[in-house]
Amino acid sequence: MEDTLLLIATMASATLRVATPLVLAALAGLFAERSGIVDIGLEGKMLGAAFAAAATAAVTGSAWLGLLAALAASTALSLIHGFASITHHGNQVVSGMALNIMVAGLCPVLANAWFRQSGQTPMLAQQARFGPIELPFAQAVAKVPVLGPLYAQVISGHNILVYAAAVAVPLVAFVVYRTSFGLRLRAVGENPEAVDTAGVSVSRLRYRALILAGLLCGVAGAYLSTAHNAGFIRDMTAGKGYLALAALIFGKWKPVPTLLACLLFAFADAVQIRLQGVPVPGIGAIPVQLIQALPYVLTVLLLAGFVGKSVAPKASGIPYLKER
Amino acid sequence: MTAALALDSAIAPPQGGRWAIEAIGIDKWFGPVHANRDVTLRVAKGSIHGIVGENGAGKSTLMNILYGYHRADRGEILIDGKAADIHRPSDALALGVGMVHQHFMLVEPFTILENVLLGAEGGTLLAEGRDKARAELERLGRDYGLEVDPDALVEDLPVGIQQRVEILKALYRGAETLILDEPTGVLTPQEADRLFQFLRVLRDQGKTVILITHKLREIMDVTDRVTVMRRGAVVADLPTQNTSKEELAELMVGRKVKLGGDKARAAPGAVVLEVEDLHVNDEQGKPRVRGVTFNVRAGEIVGIAGVSGNGQTELLEALGGIRPAASGRIRLKGNEVGTRRPGLTARILRRLGLGHVPEDRHRMGLVAGFAAYENAILGHQDEAQYHRGWLLDRARMVDYCGEWMKGYDVRPDNPLLEALSFSGGNQQKLVVAREMEHAPDLLLVGQPTRGVDIGAIEFIHKRLIAMRDAGKAVLVVSVELDEIMALSDRILVMFDGRIIGEVSPETATERQLGLMMAGIAEAA
Ligand SMILES: Nc1ncnc2c1ncn2[C@@H]1O[C@H](COP(=O)(O)OP(=O)(O)OP(=O)(O)O)[C@@H](O)[C@H]1O
Ligand SMILES: [Mg+2]
Repeated sequence: MEDTLLLIATMASATLRVATPLVLAALAGLFAERSGIVDIGLEGKMLGAAFAAAATAAVTGSAWLGLLAALAASTALSLIHGFASITHHGNQVVSGMALNIMVAGLCPVLANAWFRQSGQTPMLAQQARFGPIELPFAQAVAKVPVLGPLYAQVISGHNILVYAAAVAVPLVAFVVYRTSFGLRLRAVGENPEAVDTAGVSVSRLRYRALILAGLLCGVAGAYLSTAHNAGFIRDMTAGKGYLALAALIFGKWKPVPTLLACLLFAFADAVQIRLQGVPVPGIGAIPVQLIQALPYVLTVLLLAGFVGKSVAPKASGIPYLKER
Repeated sequence: MTAALALDSAIAPPQGGRWAIEAIGIDKWFGPVHANRDVTLRVAKGSIHGIVGENGAGKSTLMNILYGYHRADRGEILIDGKAADIHRPSDALALGVGMVHQHFMLVEPFTILENVLLGAEGGTLLAEGRDKARAELERLGRDYGLEVDPDALVEDLPVGIQQRVEILKALYRGAETLILDEPTGVLTPQEADRLFQFLRVLRDQGKTVILITHKLREIMDVTDRVTVMRRGAVVADLPTQNTSKEELAELMVGRKVKLGGDKARAAPGAVVLEVEDLHVNDEQGKPRVRGVTFNVRAGEIVGIAGVSGNGQTELLEALGGIRPAASGRIRLKGNEVGTRRPGLTARILRRLGLGHVPEDRHRMGLVAGFAAYENAILGHQDEAQYHRGWLLDRARMVDYCGEWMKGYDVRPDNPLLEALSFSGGNQQKLVVAREMEHAPDLLLVGQPTRGVDIGAIEFIHKRLIAMRDAGKAVLVVSVELDEIMALSDRILVMFDGRIIGEVSPETATERQLGLMMAGIAEAA
């Protein structure tokens, strides 16, 4: 009994840690795609932010300055995407992919130039990272059966960015469904002409959406390199940007379903880590690579079969051009 | 000459009134297309001002410039006598200019209320302005007879109501001048009458209305003054009472137009299409065609009349092979084609000699991003004549298309242009050309002249009659009574999914047909 409870607690806690960057990136994608801009560059923005955070934290010793740098770097990348696809009506997938490739190459090069550490930043000291936070009364209630350990071990003890991601979901939902900006955002992804003829600038609106996407990716990147890990390593996003995009589609471009999709993917990842090296009765140890593929196989299966009709914002991916 | 005189007389506003809008010397180029050439338009305050012109004459372009959606390359705009700097729609809205576009500008998955709020939310939070907007919508609905359910989703609404939403949007923003770009193209005659009633109310309140339409009867009915455009320029500006439909038609096209031209008696031959107890459902599984039986013979035009939404669309789609029939039989030249048997697709039907001009040219008639020459052979792309070896013969496709464009008066007659850069009427002519030039034995035509100008209507009608005279079978579905009367040798009236009667165009009156279409009267 105790054992199972402990196992559940560890798995749940791991799920939250893995889900954090996915949730933040998926919400970033939500802003971009709801505005009608396909954002395949989540991966690159997150990676760039991770590098900026780690490099800044390594030099200044401050995780918060690292976060600031991450926000700046990611937003700048987002604006490049905007410049190509909003101002110059470029192909959004090409622009996003170009960012991904550029960042994947640039970060290790800069790391080499600045820190001489083969594509990495130096290991961050404990003070230069976002450390765990113990929520109030965690110790006190730990003895209460079931709920106590749940609070103490699953909910409490994460770093502040995990909580930030948790708060971001209702906040984004509020912005999207309850504010004037949200109304315009949802409208411009469906029918930019309607927004334009209603007297609202389509490009201003889309730029604002991309800035929000940049900021959220910035937090996700900082989380990877200065909270979840202790420094930047090459390709550390490992496809999380694409996974976030898949969660967004799975969640039908809505905040709460997207959160659930992220949690599902994160849970698959937690299981995957747990299963590594564990022999399965009758089969023996499963090759690590096969197990590591689990979350991705899940993505493919879900997207192919179980999502049902997931209709993208109608105008997404189409440059807004009034004159041909 | 009449035109030039009329232009001069338009300089001073009538009876000491004022101009609501003056556009002076407007020029607009779209790439190589000169859409507006030195256009001057003056609209008196408190009047209904009509604008007519052929497809592609530049009417929508001019209106979009007044509305700030497009920017003019040259020229100035005055509103209420003051020079106005209109760079974007918000400027026009602020000056009291509202517009209902030719293609609706609505966000389909939104409610009516959300569509009205968009751009005028009245606060950072939606809740702040929502109740006020709801109350205002209710007031507008009451005052103008434009009642709507503010919480209904726009995508679920029939087009007539969607248009009402567009008008409400403009009124909500405080429009003093309302521009309506072809508002009646999608309306039934009854809906159109209600709309005109409403426009007169607006005028009586001192508001100004600009109305674009291809239907000259409407111009004669409601407008005070009318401006005629041709190939980007204004060619006349006249008080409506001093002109006539015939004169307007001539001014528009630049030559005499003869509508409802005489046609010889039909000489029907063998039966080409037989439909027996056909049932068709829509996407939701709701029965739309509920047991129709009729046939079409070679050498005759059969017209199906009816208020839109009474099953004509589904019937036509089932006959065209793009919607499965629920039950019943369709026989084309003796071949059984009506069952769900896989393989009897639109493509096979084409090989059997079917041509189909679908009702919705944007969704089904054309691929918007393809060049005209590609669109001109679509559906026939595997025929040998378009191939050299196993590759498509582009040069030949372009040649054919260029010829057809000349023959069908598609403007501009450049086969390399993308379909979406043609005006609506010219797109329609392109589709008609494709379907007719592939020599079908049976031609299905849905709304042959929707949104098409009077010169093109004359032309398309002539072509349809020529096909009939060449011994082909033609089935025309149209909501325009005039058109049905002018074309058909036999008229079938559809109501609520059934054919409720057959009449002959020689003996039927519009009134009788109107009553049958409303489901009130049976065939005499
Ligand atoms: N957004 C655009 N980009 C490029 N060309 C355009 C655009 N809008 C219109 N045109 C071109 O400008 C010309 C005038 O078009 P416009 O839509 O003003 O005609 P119209 O008089 O409204 O015709 P219709 O009766 O078919 O609506 C046409 O040749 C059209 O192809
Ligand atoms: Mg037009």
